[in-house]
Amino acid sequence: MNPMLNLWLIPILPLAGAAINGFLGKKSSRQAVTTIALFFSAAAFAMALWVAMRFSSLSLPYHEYLAHWIRSGSFSVDFEFYLDQLSLVMLLVVSGVGFLIHIYSVGYMWDDPSYYRFFTYLNLFMFFMLTLILAGNYLQMFIGWEGVGLASYLLIGFWFTKDSAASAGKKAFIVNRIGDFGFLIALFLIIKHFGSLNFDRVFQSVLPLGAETATAGLLTAIGILLMVGAAGKSAQIPLYVWLPDAMEGPTPVSALIHAATMVTAGVYMVSRSHMIFERAPMALTVVAIIGTLTAFFAATIGITQTDIKKVLAYSTVSQLGYMFMACGVGAFSAGIFHLMTHAFFKGLLFLAAGSVIHAVGGEQDMRKMGGLRTKIPWTFWTMTAGTLAIAGIPGLAGFFSKDEILWRAYEASWVYWLVGLVTAFVTSFYMFRLWFMTFFGEYRGEAESGHGGLSAHDAHGAHGHGGIHESPRVMVIPLVILAILSVVGGYVGVPGSLGGSNHFDKFLGPVFHAGAPAGVQNAVGEKSASEQETEGPEPKTGASTELLFTGISVLAALLGFTLAWQLYYRNPQLPAKIAASMQGAYQALAHKYYVDEFYGAFLVKPLIEGSTRILWQGVDRKIIDAAVNDAGDGARHLSDEARHMQSGNIRSYAGWIAAGSAVVIAFMVWMAVSR
Amino acid sequence: MVPLSYYLLLSGFLFACGVLGFLIKRNIITIFMSIELMLNGVNLSFVAFAAHWHVLAGQIFVFFVMVVAAAEAAVGLAIIIAVYRTRETLNVDQVNLLKL
Amino acid sequence: MGGAVNLLAQRHPINSALSLIAVMAALAGEYLLLGAEFVAAVQVIVYAGAVMVLFVFVIMLLNAGEEEETKGSRVALLLGVPGVLIGSVLVAWVVLRSSGTETVPIGALPGPPTEIAQLLFHDFLLPFEVTSVLILIAIMGAVVLATKPDAAERKAN
Repeated sequence: MNPMLNLWLIPILPLAGAAINGFLGKKSSRQAVTTIALFFSAAAFAMALWVAMRFSSLSLPYHEYLAHWIRSGSFSVDFEFYLDQLSLVMLLVVSGVGFLIHIYSVGYMWDDPSYYRFFTYLNLFMFFMLTLILAGNYLQMFIGWEGVGLASYLLIGFWFTKDSAASAGKKAFIVNRIGDFGFLIALFLIIKHFGSLNFDRVFQSVLPLGAETATAGLLTAIGILLMVGAAGKSAQIPLYVWLPDAMEGPTPVSALIHAATMVTAGVYMVSRSHMIFERAPMALTVVAIIGTLTAFFAATIGITQTDIKKVLAYSTVSQLGYMFMACGVGAFSAGIFHLMTHAFFKGLLFLAAGSVIHAVGGEQDMRKMGGLRTKIPWTFWTMTAGTLAIAGIPGLAGFFSKDEILWRAYEASWVYWLVGLVTAFVTSFYMFRLWFMTFFGEYRGEAESGHGGLSAHDAHGAHGHGGIHESPRVMVIPLVILAILSVVGGYVGVPGSLGGSNHFDKFLGPVFHAGAPAGVQNAVGEKSASEQETEGPEPKTGASTELLFTGISVLAALLGFTLAWQLYYRNPQLPAKIAASMQGAYQALAHKYYVDEFYGAFLVKPLIEGSTRILWQGVDRKIIDAAVNDAGDGARHLSDEARHMQSGNIRSYAGWIAAGSAVVIAFMVWMAVSR
Repeated sequence: MVPLSYYLLLSGFLFACGVLGFLIKRNIITIFMSIELMLNGVNLSFVAFAAHWHVLAGQIFVFFVMVVAAAEAAVGLAIIIAVYRTRETLNVDQVNLLKL
Repeated sequence: MGGAVNLLAQRHPINSALSLIAVMAALAGEYLLLGAEFVAAVQVIVYAGAVMVLFVFVIMLLNAGEEEETKGSRVALLLGVPGVLIGSVLVAWVVLRSSGTETVPIGALPGPPTEIAQLLFHDFLLPFEVTSVLILIAIMGAVVLATKPDAAERKAN
């Protein structure tokens, strides 16, 4: 029997912090708010560490039942928690990175008038995210899912007096909702066919089922619908449009929610449901295609963006695409590995970007930056670490995780691998472009002398700058910690071909390899049963081939670096000339392929028009209001007619009586006669 | 040897005449008289049935009906006089103050 | 029957009253044929003698004239008259159907007033007394209602 770990405390602690700050924070001092917020998120992280230390003595998976929830006929759902290797990894990443970002936010948001509200929402987010991760059934996960969506809306629209921020929050929530619709339908299907939403029960029921290869069946439907939900939450095609707009929120929000944790919820959900996906190859293919396409697509948009946060936003979408690509080819542990390293380096990149923005007094346009490397050295070096990591330079975390994905993708189809490779090149290019534009060359902005109107994007207007300066220690320390993690974080997953023993994969092994369906080994994408029998299991074909591919991807990364170096350091006028000569392509990229405009014209506008004309004027006014009004009018008219009966004229009364009695007589006669 | 039904038909005829008078006439006194006519018709049918079944109680009932009719006539006429004093008319159509 | 129709046909109320008296006299004759002598006597004395006299008296008092043509109620005519006609036709039909040719002999009712008195004061004592109270109330009501208003004030003072 397992000892009681009291897992429920982990989400509840941040909730307590949110409640305290939410109700009392307005009147409390900044120090008090800070203490509460940091204490509770630190407590959650500390508990996560404590659970990790006891982990090896547990028999897995660990269940913790908290309370009854729904008991309806034969269907029941309870508040329960679930711990296995997968959720432990997520737990540590989320609580750890979350805690670091809490610390960072103290410095970043210090001057904001709604300081307490920020930490309330931040703690609230932690509560929901931890609920999502530790949930023992799909419904509880869905609570967390919806909750992080809510927290995201609140935090994106944190400066709600700004129109663009409020709209961005709305957009995020609504697009998320569309994905949630797919998730819900998947849940309904699961309830209908497996009778429960509890992970263990569902997966036990799924275990004996074979893979649906030829015909699309129930599991394929569930898988695709789950992917729709994941696409909404994790910003994949076609529901990614909210993420770039979400950059309206404060930078720590972008770091925490839209890089390290919330957007990874989709990947976590898909990995958790791996048993379903492994038995629905078509759904897996859909996942892989969406992931690959998104990765490439978003990376190309990132080339032309001029706002530093937008580049990172598209980069996030692209990297999430990699994670889904990994899941789609069955390499779930590779996807989670990349999730972890991405949390480190993307969180770092966002926080560093925040530091840069803070330094230049609120400016986010890279064209107005430059030459900052001497002025903000700590930020520079940590950001360099992050950039190297994401580009996949050997030795840093991103290298190992990205490479493993590319390798496993190749095993499924060389197309995935090729697109992934090109995307890696593009990734390296736009990241180094960002790096060069921000830190090298001549400073092109205005923050050297006093402020003026540069505080458009941030709460830093009232700062009293006096020039570009490094961020306070409370902001730099998390940067350093994340930089260290970006460097060493990958070493848990060093593959065999490079001399390591891939601890990470082995650690997650029991989760992902337990439920492979009959006849499918390691669930690679689209192979038919006969092909598999002849080819046999092929996790790693040969160490030398893998090394070859590794070398190719390093080459791609270096190529990207070189191109960026050329265009943004050596010949800074070149990019403008290239853009001018490829106007069409450039405009398409700069306008994000006009996707937002497309959605606006074909989805949003018809919806609004339809709502206005049909639902509001037609149904609401003409039918519902009319029904109510006409009921009243009708009653009035009826009584208007009826009152004429009261004429005061005796003879008419007598007439009515005579007529009525004739009716009664007739009735009685009829009764008597028909007997 | 008169068939019972003749008596009943006559009674019904009288009653119908009474109701018609009530509906058609405009003078309030005439309306009252039609009411008396109705009552008479009913009395006749009571007596006819009493004779048919050789029961005496029918006659007694007629007696009471007459008493009540007399009382009602008295009071009704008093009311008419009172109304006439205020409205100066005996036309029932003009006594319609209870109109909605 | 003729009297009844005449009542309807006449325009002046006094004529209607007189035809009503004729109806009552005829009814009294009918009662005699049926053997209800007591009822016939009461009919003549009370109805024709008292009630109708009262009617005639009031007509004379109020100087009721010929009926004017005023707009009456359409409803009464449209609904009421057909209603009456239909009702009476139905009743007539039922009567004819069910009673057939049963006859009532002339003078059938057992008659001596002693028997009637017996019934009246034994079995029907209560209604008898109540009707006497009713008459009392009617008298009082009629007196009050018919008094001239100023005379009433003088009486009250």
